Amino acid sequence: MTRLLDVQDLAVALPAAGGGTVPVIHHASLHVDEGEIVGIAGESGSGKSMTAQALLGLLPDGAQVRGTARLDGTDLLALRGAQWNTVRGKQVAMVFQDATSALHPMLTIGRQLTEHMRLHLGLDKRAANRRAAELLDRVRIPEPERTLKAYSHQFSGGMRQRVAIAAALACNPRLLIADEPTTALDVTVQAGILELLDELRRDMGLSVLFITHDLGVLAALTSRSYVFYAGRVMEQAPTTDLLLDPRHPYTAALLRARPHADDSWGAAGTRGTHALTTIPGTPATPATAGPGCPFAPRCAFREDRCTDAPPPLLTVAPGRGAACVVQPDLHEVPA
Amino acid sequence: MSLLEIRDVEVEFRSRSRGTVRAVDGVSLDVERGQVVGLVGESGCGKSSLARAVVGLEPVTTGTVLLDGAPVAPLRWRRRSAHDVRMQMVFQNPYGSLNPRRTIGSQLRDGLRTPAAATDPDGEVRRLLDLVGLDEDAAQRYPHQFSGGQRQRVVIARALAADPDVLVADEPVTALDASSQAQVVNLLVRLVRELGLGMLFISHDLALVHEIADVTAVMYLGRIVESGPTDQVWASPQHPYTRALIDALPRISAQPTLPVGLRGEVPDAARIPTGCRFRPRCPRAMDVCTGEPPVVQIGQQWSACWLHAQETAGTPAGATEGRA
Repeated sequence: MTRLLDVQDLAVALPAAGGGTVPVIHHASLHVDEGEIVGIAGESGSGKSMTAQALLGLLPDGAQVRGTARLDGTDLLALRGAQWNTVRGKQVAMVFQDATSALHPMLTIGRQLTEHMRLHLGLDKRAANRRAAELLDRVRIPEPERTLKAYSHQFSGGMRQRVAIAAALACNPRLLIADEPTTALDVTVQAGILELLDELRRDMGLSVLFITHDLGVLAALTSRSYVFYAGRVMEQAPTTDLLLDPRHPYTAALLRARPHADDSWGAAGTRGTHALTTIPGTPATPATAGPGCPFAPRCAFREDRCTDAPPPLLTVAPGRGAACVVQPDLHEVPA
Repeated sequence: MSLLEIRDVEVEFRSRSRGTVRAVDGVSLDVERGQVVGLVGESGCGKSSLARAVVGLEPVTTGTVLLDGAPVAPLRWRRRSAHDVRMQMVFQNPYGSLNPRRTIGSQLRDGLRTPAAATDPDGEVRRLLDLVGLDEDAAQRYPHQFSGGQRQRVVIARALAADPDVLVADEPVTALDASSQAQVVNLLVRLVRELGLGMLFISHDLALVHEIADVTAVMYLGRIVESGPTDQVWASPQHPYTRALIDALPRISAQPTLPVGLRGEVPDAARIPTGCRFRPRCPRAMDVCTGEPPVVQIGQQWSACWLHAQETAGTPAGATEGRA
């Protein structure tokens, strides 16, 4: 497969309130191949959304960014100002968790879909309208012609997210970044959006970087995944391997803390006990983490060396990496 | 007699544009001491309207809510009776439930009703904080100094200050991250078991309800369409809506598959379909579904669906509310 996006050593720091900077991402590397759906999983503060924003040049003013993010030869992190105009929307586009605020309440769906098509693709009004209707049909919105004249408040959350996806696809981007696009939706509606994204990948060869906190969604949709914690990649692997045989204590802890609807890893431990396995303490942020492994204070397998230096992402199997120097037998963990 | 008895409750709202909207339409449900009853359904199904009516935040249009056999009065501009205070509610957003300008200790002291509170309120505050797993110095701090999970613990501590018998928790962990979600859920379940509280646990997360609830009730468009012991509802869902909710859950497995969606979305409660309300979205809808579905009991499970009537052919139509 051809590599579409290649992010190397991404580091982001944001300006702090009292001067200086706060790190939010430390040396994250990841890649997305053409026609591949790749997942980023993590809790809030893990840096998963910041990664998305860095890739679209949407970081707050004053943010310091290092590393490279090559999309088809273009380094996204080196783009400035107007240079983004030929990249955003055309090369890489984004859908957000909250489709309501992603759409303008006072403009018709048609106006919002055609505006950038006319600008970027040079289509006239009729051609843009025709393409917009095709896109709405593509994302399975009934009566596309009528939808063009409607406003976003006339739609349900699921339909609004479909419109947002149509808008993101308007200029044929190579890569779609989806930041928790189904988190605010009911599972019944979420299933439809996941199916749509998979269909777009299959039929149009769309590549997707899918950000989520839900490991079940990760399992259903993505082929490879990265687990983020406190601004670092803790584990990377083909998704099924990651979720059925985790190699990092944090991934294992996340799986154990999950209500089990299935036979995933760690499920046997809690079944029938009416209790979830918890991770002690609270999530670290890149700013509060010590010099060593950010998960060390909460880790059942912690050793002295864990707090010395941040663990490198070690290759634990072909195509798999885990940032853990201990490499414990995770099945041994006390329930 | 159950600790909390919800009997044929209807909740209606009036609005100029939509007319009378019946958000809850004849729901009956029981919660026993030491029991977790999970209420699931999509958004717009009336779960929160039911919860608010049960604790008295919205008036019940018809039907009764009995706490220990005595009716709960709707809350108006007056002090709640000592009886009604024994039912406490925990909301989704803990930040919205706390006063940002007062310390946690001061807010906890407001609600103290336990016998020991009269002599040693500070000691009671410490006991409550300890009960929910917070340090005693939390009493001097303000809500913004806590994480989301800790704030939800504070809210739970405040609910416990009133020495309640029943907790109504409306999506209490939806806004929390995985690790704090597990901690708060376990805290709630532990309180139910150790203090013998009854808990009505409302969630859109069927997997979570599966994990902690003794009884699961499935709500669709104002009615309970199925209820029963959680394991049975999960293992052999009788209503197509329950089936659809379970099939829509993304799962982890060696052969990953996409979850199965459900066509359409919950209709507006102002335009309720005739007959079985789930009919327009139901993958198994039949001609007969245009009539009110019969309520059928299968073991300890109840389900309101024509499918069973086809199979068992005996239950008269007309009775429509599910009972837990």
